[in-house]
Amino acid sequence: MSQESDHPKAAPRTSLEEGIAEWRSYLRRRQAIHSVDADELEDHLRSQASALVKAGLTEDEAFLIAVKRIGELDALSREFAREHSERLWKRLVVAPDGEGGVGGKEALVAVALAIAAAAAIKAPELFGVRMHKDQELPAFYIRNLSLFVLPFLATLFAWKRSLAPLGRLWLAAPFVVAAVVINLMPFAPGAHTMGLAALHLPIALWLAVGYAYAAGRWRDHDQRMNYVRFSGEWFIYYALIAFGGGVLMALTMFMFHAVGVNAQQLVAAWILPCGAVGAVIIAAWLVEAKQSVVENMAPVLTLLFTPLFTLVLLAFLAAMAWTGRGIAVEREVLIGFDLLLVVVAGLVLYAISARDPQKPAGLFDALQLLLVVSALLVDGMALWAIAARISEFGFSPNKVAALGENLILLVNLGWSAVLYGRFLAGRVAFTRMERWQTAYLPVYALWAWVVVAVFPLVFGFR
Amino acid sequence: MDVGKDLVAASATPLILAILSEGQSYGYAIIKRVAELSGGELQWTDGMLYPVLHRLERNGYVKAVWGKSESGRQRRYYRLTDSGQEELASQRRQWKMVDSALRRTQFRLFQLLPQGA
Repeated sequence: MSQESDHPKAAPRTSLEEGIAEWRSYLRRRQAIHSVDADELEDHLRSQASALVKAGLTEDEAFLIAVKRIGELDALSREFAREHSERLWKRLVVAPDGEGGVGGKEALVAVALAIAAAAAIKAPELFGVRMHKDQELPAFYIRNLSLFVLPFLATLFAWKRSLAPLGRLWLAAPFVVAAVVINLMPFAPGAHTMGLAALHLPIALWLAVGYAYAAGRWRDHDQRMNYVRFSGEWFIYYALIAFGGGVLMALTMFMFHAVGVNAQQLVAAWILPCGAVGAVIIAAWLVEAKQSVVENMAPVLTLLFTPLFTLVLLAFLAAMAWTGRGIAVEREVLIGFDLLLVVVAGLVLYAISARDPQKPAGLFDALQLLLVVSALLVDGMALWAIAARISEFGFSPNKVAALGENLILLVNLGWSAVLYGRFLAGRVAFTRMERWQTAYLPVYALWAWVVVAVFPLVFGFR
Repeated sequence: MDVGKDLVAASATPLILAILSEGQSYGYAIIKRVAELSGGELQWTDGMLYPVLHRLERNGYVKAVWGKSESGRQRRYYRLTDSGQEELASQRRQWKMVDSALRRTQFRLFQLLPQGA
């Protein structure tokens, strides 16, 4: 092509191709017009243009006229939408445009892994560790719950991202360590440290799955942000599947009850555990398969709830100022304020994940700052109240864990507030905000691992 | 002459079916044939042809297959089906009826001539 650059025909020729490519990209943004339709319309455009060139027009002119004759894209896509109204409803199961080949194989792998996870959760029964509807879940299950399912999720991503052999080894390491640590430690019966470890292990391993999700490039900030987005969507899909599962179980019990068969054991020991672990894999597969098809829900919910939470927090502060009452320090108060900070940190994180970093500061950013500052104020008051009486409480494992989490979230939100303020003042770019959040993720992982592996040792397996 | 929008829309189906009854064809050629048949008076927005073709395909009047153009590009060819033939015959009867009804009214070609001339 470059040798022809002095040829008068050469330049318009590339511009025709560029023009067509650009026109096609406009066309493809309309969801009512599929790529096969675009192919058909492109053939039309090219036929028209070449006929006009034969009639003596330059390629540029021919392209312009041909595009004009095809018609205005808005009107055209309206006509296509009228004829193919089903296309406006994004499809959930079948990938559009015949990409079913890859999607089909992935679906098979996902279903196989979900079944494997379901089999894994029932496997201990062969060794006499049973689930029963009238008994508490055996401690073995409580400790190992995440180990029955997250390795399969990690396998899904390792397979999908074609993780290198060394990467697979790295990926396996945290799961092996977790299995050894949680099962070999001599916990006292009903130990708080065991409960804490069981609670934090899923968080620790979830972040380990992120290593597979990012195809080993876990240092990459964009990959981290994608994993955050994935996690939010996964949570929503999982909640929806769980809701469906609840309906299924209720109907199962009802129907069997009607014929005088008690299905409680079937539901409690089979449908619930197998469904709960299988759904983890299926939800992940759905998020992956649908990420370009379905609108992300987590940011939408964030947009909806940020003003509401801000309002509640402000009302709470106003009520405290009005009544002059401090926060009554009771047993659960620290956990409650931890949850508040988790929710606020989540709102901030998902608002950031969906924000176009190029956009200038707006009202919503100011609202976010207000949310963070009011959450910090509320939490600060709670901490003040607790600190005043920390000696009465003593340092039980639960208290230390709750306090640690509170501090970690406080640091994150505090610096987020500073960055938001500086961003609103136009002094830093929004990417700084994103970077701060993604850079902070390993802190959560580290803390989770500390609670899992170090707490039992420090507190003597109490 | 400006042909009204409604008439253009109403005449699209019989025209396309009639053109396809001459043999299999594709979008651009159909547009060209329409212009030819109407002496350039019937001007469609080219793109609008395709939703109409897709509707005819959905109703089973035409069948579409992907083929190659002379220059080797992907091209979608349309061909009339048996039920398309029937639809064309039915459309012909309907248009004939409208035509003959119009002829019996004031709506005549030589309206300017006095009655009974």
